[in-house]
Amino acid sequence: MTTTEQARPSRLKAITAETKQLSFWAENAAPIGLVVLVIVFSILSPTFLTLGNIKAMLVAAAILVILAIGQAFVITTGGIDLSISATMTFGAIGFGLAFSNGAGFWLSALIAIVAAMLIGLINGLLIAKGKVTDFIATLGTLSVATGLALIVSNGKPISVNSPELLTLTSGSLGIFGYPIILAAIIAVGAWFFMFRTRFGLHVQAVGGNEESAVANGISATKIRMAVYLISAALAGVAALLLVARVGAAEPAINTQFLLNSIAAVVLGGVSLTGGKAKIVGPVIGALLLTALTNGLTLLGVSQFYQPLAVGLVVVLAALLTRFQKK
Amino acid sequence: MTDNYNFVPAAPHTGTTPARDFILKATDIKKSFGGVHALKGASMTMRRGEITALIGDNGAGKSTMVRCLSGIHRPDSGTIWLDGDDVTFETPNAARERGIETVHQNLALVEDLSVWQNFFLGREKTHGLGPFRTLDRKLMKSTAGELLKNLAVNVPPVTSKVRRLSGGQRQAVAIARAAGWGSKIVIMDEPTAALGVQETARVEGVINTLRDSGVAVLLISHNFDQVMRLSDHVWVMRAGTAVAERRTLETDGDELVSLITGAKAA
Repeated sequence: MTTTEQARPSRLKAITAETKQLSFWAENAAPIGLVVLVIVFSILSPTFLTLGNIKAMLVAAAILVILAIGQAFVITTGGIDLSISATMTFGAIGFGLAFSNGAGFWLSALIAIVAAMLIGLINGLLIAKGKVTDFIATLGTLSVATGLALIVSNGKPISVNSPELLTLTSGSLGIFGYPIILAAIIAVGAWFFMFRTRFGLHVQAVGGNEESAVANGISATKIRMAVYLISAALAGVAALLLVARVGAAEPAINTQFLLNSIAAVVLGGVSLTGGKAKIVGPVIGALLLTALTNGLTLLGVSQFYQPLAVGLVVVLAALLTRFQKK
Repeated sequence: MTDNYNFVPAAPHTGTTPARDFILKATDIKKSFGGVHALKGASMTMRRGEITALIGDNGAGKSTMVRCLSGIHRPDSGTIWLDGDDVTFETPNAARERGIETVHQNLALVEDLSVWQNFFLGREKTHGLGPFRTLDRKLMKSTAGELLKNLAVNVPPVTSKVRRLSGGQRQAVAIARAAGWGSKIVIMDEPTAALGVQETARVEGVINTLRDSGVAVLLISHNFDQVMRLSDHVWVMRAGTAVAERRTLETDGDELVSLITGAKAA
């Protein structure tokens, strides 16, 4: 082993050498993009890097971070969950209905997560057992969940006045609001499950080569069921943050969350073909997308330009992933 | 479940195992798929500590035979004896638990996972309790590294992704994995079909090492030179039955060809 004194210059050299390769930029698109955005926006807008704005951004990022983690599990198996934001909406309505009917916060929260997991269960059954293409199955449940949310809420927002939700959305430790702390805890847990447990390894194996995974005694059916349930459960948790933020459970479609959750995962360097798991990447991807929206708003750029900007960033990231090392 | 990983064979190969010491006997195996009779009462044996070659033309029933032995197919009738016990495997896992490992032609490796992850895929070692069970990465890495080192000539680092390995290295990993579980029998389906000359030589070295460590190997190969080089005993299949057996030392390529084609009666 070399000592650190000897290792340091050679490491630095190695890193400098790496930056000359396109694959370095492709592998680290999300963190590099985030740093670039932060530098650009803090030059253009003096408020961007103030503690207040950082805190607001982190709180705003929490929902997307949680959804991106759920999406990352599904995408690692080579699938996709198009119903993730509709599931969140359905969970939010579940919370609103339960709460307005006298169930307390905790019971309502449980109902929100269970309602969301119901959609995940349908996804899992359709895809893992019914062998329906993930794209079609979750496109269907996207519509089903949206419809159900509209039906049970009668199309009207359910206002929620819960002190617990107020604490959840406004409480903080330093500059870290409770929502981003919750998201961080989920991210750490997700990383642990993905990279330190048999389950996570099997998720990667099924995504990498299903036939080989099955030949080694792994049940691809169970793994696929599990990832759609995880994605839905996390959508249920995100639903709580959504209700807390809005102050009501709205049967809105939330398409932006769906697109951004997939975008965050792609930005995070996860291949849509599956097999390569990443958790930190999608989290940074979600932070990047939130910073982008926030920065544009601060600069007074019209809201209309935001989807355009997000779209460009994602397409660019997708192009860059082509140059990732195999 | 995995205590047999460090299994040491009781009797190392001596080259003079008594002929009657069969580790595996398959008698009168029949298997049909619809109207196709793939196996019409095939019988064969494998001797302890030897490499047994199974040869035959395409469609002779080799693959079906192998699939019955490795638990992928269940024979319609017939008996498989393993070490004197009557066994019929319902699933590949059942065959594995009894010590029959198969290295399939596609190797069943996941390219995006590392060597050690592939080594233990589906049978990972963990520590801790309940939902907090974590992978015992240290143990798995060291075990995989050791087993590879014992078997293979050029060892890839266990942390490298399988995608980065050459065809021969992949084959070595798959064979070492099969051998690593304290297996009694390792079945190899065309282990060198996709390899170049040098890599073939390396993999053959691996197979020999495996035999010398006391594991019985069933080798399915189209390559007569390879069969003559590696095997101790040859079974010839034709039209769904095993038509002949020879000691490798007492036969030659020409005789094997005529047995396969039926030009020479058994």
